[in-house]
Amino acid sequence: MRHNTGIDMKCALLTVFLALASTTFALDGEIGIHDPSTIVVDHGKYYVYGTGGRSLVSDDGWTWRRGVTPSRVGAAPDVIYLGDRFYMYVARGTGPQPKAEIDMIWSKTVDPNSPDYKWVDGGMVVNSNGVEDSNAIDPGVFLDPTTGRLWLVYGSYFGYIRLVELNPKTGGRLSFKVPPLNLAINCEASDMIYHDGWYYLLATHGSCCAGANSGYNIRVGRSRKVTGPFLDAEGVDMIQGGGKLLIGSGGRTIGAGHFGLLNLGDGVQKFSMHWEADLDRGGSSVLDIRPLLWKDGWPVAGENLKEGTYEIQSVRTGTALDMAVEGVPVGGWVRRFRGGPPPAGNRTEPSSGPGAGAQPGGPGGPGGPSGGFPGGMFAGTGKPIPDQDAAQIDKDWPAGNVDAGMSNYLCQAQQKWQITPVPDAGGYPGSPYFKITIAGTDRTLAATADAELVVLPAFTGAPEQLWRFDQLADGSWRIMPKAVPNSQQPLALSAVGASFATLSKFDPKSDKQRWLLKTP
Amino acid sequence: MNAYRKYLVSALAVLSGLTLVAMTGQAPAPKSYVPTLTSPATPALLTGADGFIKRWFLLEPIGVNGLTEHEVQAMVKKEYFPDQYTVIPHDGDKETVGGSTLTWHAVDTRLYNVNLYHFAYSLGKPTSNVLFWAVTIVNSPEEMHDVRLAIGSNAASVWWVNGQEVIGIYGDIQTVIDDGVSKRMTLKKGPNVVRAAVINGGGATDFCARFLDANDKPIKGLTVTLSEPGK
Repeated sequence: MRHNTGIDMKCALLTVFLALASTTFALDGEIGIHDPSTIVVDHGKYYVYGTGGRSLVSDDGWTWRRGVTPSRVGAAPDVIYLGDRFYMYVARGTGPQPKAEIDMIWSKTVDPNSPDYKWVDGGMVVNSNGVEDSNAIDPGVFLDPTTGRLWLVYGSYFGYIRLVELNPKTGGRLSFKVPPLNLAINCEASDMIYHDGWYYLLATHGSCCAGANSGYNIRVGRSRKVTGPFLDAEGVDMIQGGGKLLIGSGGRTIGAGHFGLLNLGDGVQKFSMHWEADLDRGGSSVLDIRPLLWKDGWPVAGENLKEGTYEIQSVRTGTALDMAVEGVPVGGWVRRFRGGPPPAGNRTEPSSGPGAGAQPGGPGGPGGPSGGFPGGMFAGTGKPIPDQDAAQIDKDWPAGNVDAGMSNYLCQAQQKWQITPVPDAGGYPGSPYFKITIAGTDRTLAATADAELVVLPAFTGAPEQLWRFDQLADGSWRIMPKAVPNSQQPLALSAVGASFATLSKFDPKSDKQRWLLKTP
Repeated sequence: MNAYRKYLVSALAVLSGLTLVAMTGQAPAPKSYVPTLTSPATPALLTGADGFIKRWFLLEPIGVNGLTEHEVQAMVKKEYFPDQYTVIPHDGDKETVGGSTLTWHAVDTRLYNVNLYHFAYSLGKPTSNVLFWAVTIVNSPEEMHDVRLAIGSNAASVWWVNGQEVIGIYGDIQTVIDDGVSKRMTLKKGPNVVRAAVINGGGATDFCARFLDANDKPIKGLTVTLSEPGK
């Protein structure tokens, strides 16, 4: 946020946040928050803290509710779990801006129902005197996974984004004798992450706190050293205002700010942020969680899955998930298809329209030299062939359970999956659970008790019929059932063969459980 | 060549063969289904690091027509010869199919796959619009759970393990390793019978098969034989 009107005024503004029920975008439940911290997980619940003492809690990362205000209320806190403690860093104004300080509190748990829930003051870790080129707000705490050293970046538009080292055993400042190091300028809400040999400094550019007129956007630079310099993709140092865009306004959401990494393990990374204005929620500031992808050494903001009809294609095999029924070529059977059609009693052949023109024995028919088309076997019908949908060909489909399979994608109805969010079925960080049905039908993909796949005749809402889609770092998707009967182990859709899919433990090093979702 | 000379040459040939066996202690060189298939020269063959099953009984091809699922399923449900889903043949056994006499051949493949085109062509048999029956015995040292049969075939094929149909892949397809994969199954300790019907439309025809373990890794060290112990 742009801190030019005083923290107190900012807090006052935040009190007008609307507590809106979920509509159609971002997360579900009560998600009003500004300047969210990094999301932390404690005893299976997700917690996030924002300016003005606002906190949110969720059982699944999808549906959120109001949480308990921590002992210290201020601006734009950040939280990290280290050792056996949660350390929270939170800023407060100590005079006219930019006079401020960042204080630390800690607790063994962030679960207010736990007997161990007790915030303890850890003291001030950094301040700004109101004159220097720094505003000691907007902390971002970072544990270097390569060294175990703990760092804090902080600052706002008044002066520099700065770096100080903390004591990982106490969460406090390691040495007040070591002056802060300047890393960036013309930004705020900074945070740092490490990925594949690089340190990434993420910071928010643009103006905040103006609702739908907020220009907030998250940008990034990288360095081989935690101390910088952090250059963007064009080589511009962030200390000269550089920064590659990670995410900005889009769709019906405006003003992206306050990056926080949410590492879900197995290479699945997401990030939290807030929108300054969600137009579907009256322009209120709301929490969001997005997939974090990587391309050419740079983080990229992914998209949570949207409802639609998709081909589900295996990265490993290139074949597409289908319901294992005998396919019918789009446009109907004609003799040019090698191997020929099945006997007449088992085929679906349009009585009119594309594919219906081939007359046995005629000059363009199966027996003729043109192979079924007047212009020759490669000439087509001369007019567009409509899409194939289930209603055209499903009369020969078995009524009961059908195996799932895989095949080369041929635009056929049994290869097109409608993926639809299921209301009130819960979710996971960033998304609700979905059902996966053959488009135009209620035939539903489900996990079986022997960890295989089946297509059921109808959706009933059982956990094994609910699916989770996590976008992976390369943009492909991990697809997992909410539950597998008789199994406690999370399993993912897996292409064990080119023609066969199953469920198995996710292996982040393999392509077997990576899927592309393509719009037919 | 007159009859006497034919007899003499044959007698000398038999004699020389016997002499060779006596001198070397080895059987005569096995038949070759050039260039990739030979007759087995050892009692058993182990699956290697890639897990492929390289020893099979193959029946000379049966004329058929069709590659769709409907056609192939009808094809393999038709009885061509007695006990076609249970027979464990011997090398040289005969079957009468539609008035023709077809022979079972024991073969080893030098490659990961069994080239049915080489097999049929070397015998002067048709290679297009044909069905091949294949049988082998995979001996497991212990009961193995959550394994899968994984196959590839040119073209369509249907597979059974211990009498249960476990895989069917259809259409005018090429052999892709681990194309068709069964659901998880249990390999019995001892012999397990793997049977396949491979149907070709035209051109090349072959298949490959192996078992995968619970982690989808090829199972090596399985003993492949062409008879069950004690039989």
